[in-house]
Amino acid sequence: MPSLAALASRVTSPDPAQATAATADAVVEVRDVHYAIAGRPIFAGLDLAVRRGRITAIMGPSGTGKTTLLKLITAQIAADRGQLRVFGQDLAALGGGEIYALRRRMGMLFQNGALLTDLDVFENVAFPVREHSDLPEALVRTLVLTKLQAVGLRGAAELMPAELSGGMGRRVALARAIVMDPEVLIYDEPFVGLDPISLGVIQRLIKHMNDALGITSIVVSHDVQELAAIADDSYLLSGGRIAAAGTPLQLRESDSPAVRQFMTGSPDGPVPFHYPAPDYAAQLLAAEER
Amino acid sequence: MSTAVRDGLLLEGVRRLGAVVIFLVQLLMQCVPALARPRLIVHQVYNAGARSLIIIMLSGLFVGMVLGLQGYDLLQRFGSVEALGIAAALGLLKELAPVITALLFAGRAGTALTSEIGLMRATDQLTAMEIMAVDPLRYVAAPRFLGGVIAMPLLTAIFSIVGLYGAQLIGVQLMGVDRGVFWSQMQGAVDLHSVYEGLMKSVVFGIACSLIAVHEGYHAEPTAAGVGLATTRTVVASSVLTLLLDYVLTAAFL
Repeated sequence: MPSLAALASRVTSPDPAQATAATADAVVEVRDVHYAIAGRPIFAGLDLAVRRGRITAIMGPSGTGKTTLLKLITAQIAADRGQLRVFGQDLAALGGGEIYALRRRMGMLFQNGALLTDLDVFENVAFPVREHSDLPEALVRTLVLTKLQAVGLRGAAELMPAELSGGMGRRVALARAIVMDPEVLIYDEPFVGLDPISLGVIQRLIKHMNDALGITSIVVSHDVQELAAIADDSYLLSGGRIAAAGTPLQLRESDSPAVRQFMTGSPDGPVPFHYPAPDYAAQLLAAEER
Repeated sequence: MSTAVRDGLLLEGVRRLGAVVIFLVQLLMQCVPALARPRLIVHQVYNAGARSLIIIMLSGLFVGMVLGLQGYDLLQRFGSVEALGIAAALGLLKELAPVITALLFAGRAGTALTSEIGLMRATDQLTAMEIMAVDPLRYVAAPRFLGGVIAMPLLTAIFSIVGLYGAQLIGVQLMGVDRGVFWSQMQGAVDLHSVYEGLMKSVVFGIACSLIAVHEGYHAEPTAAGVGLATTRTVVASSVLTLLLDYVLTAAFL
């Protein structure tokens, strides 16, 4: 069974001219990154670039290391091999303090919001401000209320995280992520488990944050349709490397069966429906004997 | 047990101990900046201390009452019930109050700390802090550790006082030991050294129990089962370590 990556690389390879252009104004550059967890390779020669001011989608089936990639970019883990540059700085060369300084220029939206459960909505959004500055209370208040207003939840400032719905929690987390005016905003699976209305709201907010605030956005997701509507660039991850790159439209019209299977969501194709198993009939008969 | 297995276990033990010591050093380094936020620490003293008050006072009362009863029963065989006050005071101050408080603390406050921090880990709250360039060791772990270390001697003192009252309740009120003799004998025999011994023990137990609770929570596997396991480990490790340290400290003070 040929792997998805092998199939895809035969058909789509990123245009070299485009790749050079991409690295020129790249905020995040990943070059030939290798990473393995307990001997199991997650990435084997990963290359990608996130360009300033654009929404970059990173897509891929579950278990292809999308979240791992975010951990690499935010320097929570270090690559086994290869180079990771964020804001032009090589992550491998940075010490603890410099990594924290770098992270202050980033915001991240976690899949489950990751709001601090012992603080209310207002204090959650105020948290990074209070930790990183000595602004007077009045200014903190204005700042927090502005950000809450931007996500439409100024009225929920007094609520505790446990009282919020999934979509509201994610919006509060978004307000918290932008409160320090980051240059890069990273979204980890922002659409998972949301009702259509909340989903539309989050989708619109991502686009809005990007356009209005000029934030570079990295969206990791497997929700193809939602991403295609807002992404400027997209990458399809598979088998530890980039299987395809381009605009969402280019990806959808790709003639690679592997890319098409993912983009259209067909249950069977180069990525098989069945997990590898012994012969069905033989196994059933063996069970009877037992 | 084969040598290979024994060596493996030994190695694992040393590795764990090393990990805890490294964690303690990191934690202590973060305790200094954490002191700049006294509000967080006060909140944790309330969490670990004030919220354990009822269980500590109830237990102290009953332990004191048992001490009064057993002590009276024993001492009256030798016709020296006057010594009941001394026996109760020394037993409580030097031994029972620090040890039982630590065991109760591990069960009440330690488990709460571990499961809280473990769940914060499981719900990405600690990671979110790291991404926001806030060290969770400083914001989450250090105030909780300090809160526990501060709360333990206070709880121990309260345990002792309530325990003495319990012993007095049984000895004097029920069994009829003379009130004046009970207190004056105690006053004469208990010196500052005994109080100091109990205090030292409670501080050491406070450090040990808080460290274990915070460490287990901080390194809990981020799953429901993982947090449950970490909570269990907190109680077991804290209890065993408390009793072990108690022996070491008692020997050191003799």
